[in-house]
Amino acid sequence: MAKIHVSTTVNGEPQEFLCDAEQSMLDVLRGPLGLTGSKEGCGSGDCGACTITVNGRIVCSCLMLAAEAEGQKIGTIEGMADGETLHPLQQKFLEHAALQCGICTPGVLMAAKALLERNPDPSEHDVRFWLAGNLCRCTGYDKIIRAVMETAADMRGAAR
Amino acid sequence: MSDKTSAANSANDNKWIGQRTIRPDGADKVTGRAAYAADTTMPGMIWGKVLRSPHPHARIKSINTKKAEAYPGVKAVITAKDIVEFPLDKSVMLGIQDMRWMCRNVMAREKALFAGHPVAAVAATSEKIAAEACQLIEVDYEVLPFVIDVEEAMKPGAPVLHDFIKHEGKPSNIAGRLEHKLGDVDAGFAKADVVIERTFRTAPVHQGYIEPHACLVSVSDGKATIWSSSQGQFMVRAMCAYLTGIPQNDIRAIPAEIGGGFGGKTIIYLEPLALVLAKKTGRPVKMVMTRTEVFHASGPTSGSFSRIKMGATKDGKLVAASGTFCLQAGALPGSPIRGAAGCAFAPYDIPNVFSEGFDVVSNRSKVAAYRAPGAPIGCYGTECVMDEIAEALKMDPLEFRLKNAAKMGIKAAHGPVYPRIGFVETIEQAKTHAHYAAPLPKAANGKLYGRGVASGFWFNAGGESSAQVNVNEDGTVVVITGHPDIGGSRASTANITAEVLGIDYRKVSVLIGDTSTIGFSNLTGGSRVTYASAMVVTQSTEHVITILRERAAKIWKIDPDAVIWENGEARPAGDNAGKFEPLSLAQIAAQASATGGPIGAGKQLNTTGAEGGFATHLCDVEVDQDLGIVRVLRYTSFQDVGRAIHPSYVEGQMQGGAAQGIGWALSEEYIFNKDGKLDNPSFLDYRMPVCSDLPMLDSVIIEVPNPKHPQGVRGVGEVPLVPPLAAVSNAVYNALGRRFYALPMSPPRVLAVMDMKQAAE
Repeated sequence: MAKIHVSTTVNGEPQEFLCDAEQSMLDVLRGPLGLTGSKEGCGSGDCGACTITVNGRIVCSCLMLAAEAEGQKIGTIEGMADGETLHPLQQKFLEHAALQCGICTPGVLMAAKALLERNPDPSEHDVRFWLAGNLCRCTGYDKIIRAVMETAADMRGAAR
Repeated sequence: MSDKTSAANSANDNKWIGQRTIRPDGADKVTGRAAYAADTTMPGMIWGKVLRSPHPHARIKSINTKKAEAYPGVKAVITAKDIVEFPLDKSVMLGIQDMRWMCRNVMAREKALFAGHPVAAVAATSEKIAAEACQLIEVDYEVLPFVIDVEEAMKPGAPVLHDFIKHEGKPSNIAGRLEHKLGDVDAGFAKADVVIERTFRTAPVHQGYIEPHACLVSVSDGKATIWSSSQGQFMVRAMCAYLTGIPQNDIRAIPAEIGGGFGGKTIIYLEPLALVLAKKTGRPVKMVMTRTEVFHASGPTSGSFSRIKMGATKDGKLVAASGTFCLQAGALPGSPIRGAAGCAFAPYDIPNVFSEGFDVVSNRSKVAAYRAPGAPIGCYGTECVMDEIAEALKMDPLEFRLKNAAKMGIKAAHGPVYPRIGFVETIEQAKTHAHYAAPLPKAANGKLYGRGVASGFWFNAGGESSAQVNVNEDGTVVVITGHPDIGGSRASTANITAEVLGIDYRKVSVLIGDTSTIGFSNLTGGSRVTYASAMVVTQSTEHVITILRERAAKIWKIDPDAVIWENGEARPAGDNAGKFEPLSLAQIAAQASATGGPIGAGKQLNTTGAEGGFATHLCDVEVDQDLGIVRVLRYTSFQDVGRAIHPSYVEGQMQGGAAQGIGWALSEEYIFNKDGKLDNPSFLDYRMPVCSDLPMLDSVIIEVPNPKHPQGVRGVGEVPLVPPLAAVSNAVYNALGRRFYALPMSPPRVLAVMDMKQAAE
């Protein structure tokens, strides 16, 4: 079958690619687009390691067909920092040691960023339920939760 | 947010050791740049896929690969014929792994021994074509009766997996047995006023690393390069050499960043297959497991059946203990009976102990190490029985533990006489912690509340490590070690180097060498990395300091003994040495070529003296009587780590282990269907704790320095998984007034017990 031509935007840049009809967005990101920051932990939408944003909404890219990216705005972990300047969440994750092996970290960061864009003052409960789709086996989540809440507090302070 | 009490006990005047520095590999890991094994590609790369047995037990009569080989895009097909065979009658050990079993585990030989056992592998131009071609391979199986459960596998008349395994002279699934003895248990029990004997069962649980096994292998001019996700590049090289016959000097194993292992990546699965396929095709071959394959075919830990008997006098002194631990090894021998039988009674001063372990094969995937292998299983039963005895004696459970806690000079049943250890401190700190005094919520709305305590022990480990410390021309420093960094070990290595050398942490870069760039280093596992690498990095750095003093002496034209190294500078030892301005590391480095050449030093050691680690955990639970759901409401760990080189990553180990233990206790289990196939091979159905399942996990670091280590380190990572199984169980008992003797305490099991309770009432 002929490949599908897709025109989309990835991390603010126009992007075109060809994909098979059944190919997932994750496969295209990691393969032809070379954006391997999104990880595949399960391929079934259970672990969240492949979390990206589509028009600002978080999506498991392993469950999205690549062809669905046509005309959408895709955001990946590679677009989170501003050049050498880390996003406040990225910086706080480092300061709090909120990662050990780091394989879940891109997905967790993408999801956390989407949370703070919607809710700048989340409770611990809010953060725990928002991130419940992102498995982490190393940290027990403690330092992740603390890092997200402290980033939210810092960003609120900065916005004042 | 809950309180933060970590590092409360730290007392040192170090500048970098004990600091919460930013890990050197951090930026790459938060930006998606860090290269894990599945992220690696090469020009001309093709894909490998594995055909797996659908049967839990079947003789392989024949394999026909012709159709698969003819399929467009297929480059090679391999079977067990392509892997070096190790005869069954002669053991060839690499660490704890026997190549007889490894060669049969990576590719089924005479028989398929579990559903998911590899029987063939294909390399093709795409992953899809490789998977399609696997379905064209014709395997003629003679399906055999199977057995999975450990108790069933031990029964007379059970299907026997291996004719060559004999127990008491007869073919058996019991592949091994060990025992520890101390004193006279019969005489000990005769003195006891309270004796409790119970049986316990645990389900097999998976390590649950988020990164599936992955590798990329290239062979060029007979020389192989392997990029893979493992807990030890030297293990990968050695096993691949054994299983392919390629000498070690022709294999370079490069450690990719590793996405979690917890012991599960201390053996190999895909690497030798990809290596043989790459050699056959002349193309780089990449192989990545799916999550389903990870569950089916990589090692969960053992399911278990144990019987524990412990006795105490009425004044609360333990007088005897005995334990039998039967552990499911899976398809091939090797379950962690040493950890179960050795750790179960290790926390206590018990004069009479008998502890035995049985290694039992059965038709599930071969067991792999899982964090403190065997110890959580051993201590689960012991710590539940401890709780029952304390209750029978009307003693506070922590007081009872304190009264019997092992300390310096006590001989443990598994062998050692303890040096200075910090177990007592973990109990004392738990007793006085706010958590232990905090009132539990009152039962209301069908919800009951309880608190549990449990302790635990792990041996810790030393072993072989290598390091190289090089001073750059500008006075910055590069350190190379041989251990994959699984959770922040680069940061602790940098802390140590900066401390010993007296320079800023940010002037130290830490790299993980591959098998061709650094000397042999044993696995990242057993809580050995910070212990062993701190030793070898310290000695390497001290050697560098000796060289720096010699160079300064040369510049000043004085005796090297008259030069001291202080705060990152060479200084004259005293007025007699002469008056010279101090020389900084950068100043000496700048003159290196004039004073004798490049400055650097390496050490290679077989480290010893990693003394045991102990922890005590407190756990509060809520039990929903209507839904059967157990929630952990509050959790605090107290652990003697010797010395926390980087407290954040020490806490991280404590928290991560507690979370895994809570999963083991409440929700995780391998569920096999009637056909012997795993019914829940996905993260949806194999239920690991998610963020919303857990509370904050408070961690109290206790530092009773290990006298045998330059910085006092003992090891951290394993112990945190040991106490939680019993801590949660004891809390559930405290809430319900009814005890579980099997894990997990999942909602259906809790509801069943609630029904029994109601019937009894």
